[in-house]
Amino acid sequence: MEKISIEGTPKTPTITFDTAKGFLEIKGRSIPENSIEFYKPLVDWLEKYSGSPKSETSVNIQLEYFNTSSSKCILDVFKKLEAINKGGSAVTINWYYEEDDEDMLKAEEDYQAIINVPFKMVQVAE
Amino acid sequence: MMLNIYEFYDKMERNNIMLSFKGDITSELLTSVLQIMESKLDTLQEEPKIKKKVYNVLVECLQNLYHHLDEVSQDQNEKIRSAIFMIGKIDNSYNIITGNYIKNTNIEGLKKRLDDINILTKEELKEYYKLVLNNGEMSLKGGGGLGMIDIARKTGQKLNFDFAPVDDKYSFFSLNIKISQ
Repeated sequence: MEKISIEGTPKTPTITFDTAKGFLEIKGRSIPENSIEFYKPLVDWLEKYSGSPKSETSVNIQLEYFNTSSSKCILDVFKKLEAINKGGSAVTINWYYEEDDEDMLKAEEDYQAIINVPFKMVQVAE
Repeated sequence: MMLNIYEFYDKMERNNIMLSFKGDITSELLTSVLQIMESKLDTLQEEPKIKKKVYNVLVECLQNLYHHLDEVSQDQNEKIRSAIFMIGKIDNSYNIITGNYIKNTNIEGLKKRLDDINILTKEELKEYYKLVLNNGEMSLKGGGGLGMIDIARKTGQKLNFDFAPVDDKYSFFSLNIKISQ
């Protein structure tokens, strides 16, 4: 596995995972009815990646919308990243949010309270 | 039976209903409805903040219906699998109203869940959300039990619900969510 990508749809985000660069990006909207099915491959790739990660892993989360079903799967992704961070790769999660998007700011606070990985807030124009 | 369609139309008009649907709730239907509502919100030139809130809450309300109806899909009775929802805008508030059949034996559990959410303060809701997010079991279909907590958090209002008795087996559950600007 080198570079993996999943094309976005109106209900699911675009996912890019470049293992050679230690770069993961989840971008778009994540509102599928069944999110477990959608996120399972990503969780599996992260499991594989955790065996031999890069010294630094950069993660971009740029979601416009996500539903509560996805929020649990995103937490699972973050838990994998937490393990990778503990295992010797310095993980940074860049959390993109639009100015005024209080709900996205609150969501970051929720994750930050549960996950022991540094989050970096990145504001984007609306 | 003669159906007076004008009566329906007039009632919906007076209640400023933007969109309504009755029938089977499928994934494809939700995709279409969300697309329609998104372009309506654009047309109304809502602020990004309110647009996002309405969209987010709508997703949760509609997917609640979807997951619930999925659970009762084994039921032989076609009627039971059907649901209704309406989206309207009165003054500066958006209203999302959903209705679906529920087994009488399930009322107590759902009522308790909603009552438990309704007594929580803003800060308690945040803690409760995190607790369920981190510890809650997710159903195989992807319903995580977070939907109602999220709706209460995002709207900042109590969940307004009702159970109307239908017969000895079923009642009709309705949820009326208000999103104020």
